[in-house]
Amino acid sequence: MTNSRIVITGVGLTAPNGDTLGEFRKNLLSGVAGVENIETRYMGTVHAGVCHFDPLKYQKKKALRIGTRAGSVAIYCSREAVADSGLDWDGVDKDRVGVYLGVTEHGNVETENEIYNISQFNYDTRYWTHHHNPRTVANNPAGEVTINMKITGPHYTIGAACAAGNAGLIQALQMLRLGEVDVALAGGVSESIHTFGIFAAFKSQGALAHHVDPGKASRPFDRDRNGIVVSEGGCVFTVERLEDAQARGAKIYAEIVGYAMNSDAKDYVLPYSVQQGACIRQALKRAGLEPARIDVVNTHATATPLGDEQECIALREVFSDCPDTYVNNTKGFIGHAMGAAGALELAGNLPSFHDGKIHPCLNVDQVDPKCEVNNLVVGKPLEGRRVNVILNNSFGMLGINSVLIAKAYVE
Amino acid sequence: MTEEECKQIVVKIIADIAPDEDLNDLKDDVRLRDQLDLDSMDFLDIVMELRKQHGIEVPEEDYPKLASLDSCAEYLTPKFLEKQSV
Repeated sequence: MTNSRIVITGVGLTAPNGDTLGEFRKNLLSGVAGVENIETRYMGTVHAGVCHFDPLKYQKKKALRIGTRAGSVAIYCSREAVADSGLDWDGVDKDRVGVYLGVTEHGNVETENEIYNISQFNYDTRYWTHHHNPRTVANNPAGEVTINMKITGPHYTIGAACAAGNAGLIQALQMLRLGEVDVALAGGVSESIHTFGIFAAFKSQGALAHHVDPGKASRPFDRDRNGIVVSEGGCVFTVERLEDAQARGAKIYAEIVGYAMNSDAKDYVLPYSVQQGACIRQALKRAGLEPARIDVVNTHATATPLGDEQECIALREVFSDCPDTYVNNTKGFIGHAMGAAGALELAGNLPSFHDGKIHPCLNVDQVDPKCEVNNLVVGKPLEGRRVNVILNNSFGMLGINSVLIAKAYVE
Repeated sequence: MTEEECKQIVVKIIADIAPDEDLNDLKDDVRLRDQLDLDSMDFLDIVMELRKQHGIEVPEEDYPKLASLDSCAEYLTPKFLEKQSV
């Protein structure tokens, strides 16, 4: 079991430009962005990636009132992932299901809302809701999934800044190999657009994107990029051991063949190409693959000047001799979905195994010379490619790096 | 403020707290928890909304007096009248 091959058998997602994998993929291939302008408390108008899934598909109004947006995103994605997997959910032993969701942050939205609420009552804490604690405990999004789906196995979130989406999947792989669970629901979620603080902090940092056209605001690798578009979203995968998936004749999206996480040990905010490169190499080593075997690198790049440059330095170093490795980015379409980013961006590329297309970067009008990498896909999708291996980068603050390698499943 | 008006205020609060419930056939003399999917957390929400919307305090020892619409009206109407007279 410790050497079991681990596969993805279901995908549930909500992105600013799609609430199913099919819709998301279609929009990534046809250049449809999902960024809009919203009004946020104290900040006024900001660009944001907003999801438009129907939360009442899987929750009652009362659950929406009591729970959190992140919980709602997580429930929608988890239920969709299970439905997509074809699992006989009623027959699944719920003690043997684990929920592992990456989050960049959780609780800021609910805390800000309560502080605003009591500000209307002269900061009298008698008006502070008793729902605050269950809404803000760090396991909230995963816990809401277990309540909604009657899952009695382990659940927790993995706080890993913007590397969290990959971290959720890595946790699932490890727990499946340890035999702790038989089915894992894993990925990442974010509700960050509902907290003004994240916008205000990025603005203070000089890292909040602005553009007259919100659909063009998120532009990783472009010479005129000026920062991050904050987005909400979620992506949950159904993950199983290969032998279990085969036994039930499951559709297999991909096998997770490599992964790595490491730390920069350097700075609170600034990324570090040396450790990013080391993380990529560690994942390749674990997968037993040379860099040239990677067909698609989906980058983390968020459209901050330094962040994109650093990742490109790492890519140039690792993939310098890889003429058939192509590089793309998803954030130009959907902004930065924070804890969901890594999982969503991986999901958006998985169909490449079957449709032979590589979705482009969006909003790259002129590549920044500092972001020159071989085979950056811009403009139109690349078609007619044989894609067998995808490497997915996801990096975050405090110098946390995660890399995941997914391979087309071959019996 | 009549007892009937008081009941309407309570029902309006419950409609927000239990938005999935059909409140058309609520019986005034039957415990709310026996008619609706309400738990102790929901009653805390009712207490909070009375405080927020109407400035009415319900001390913890009086929570049982919110059991039914009749008992709510009996207990809360004097409090509403007291507020109105201030």
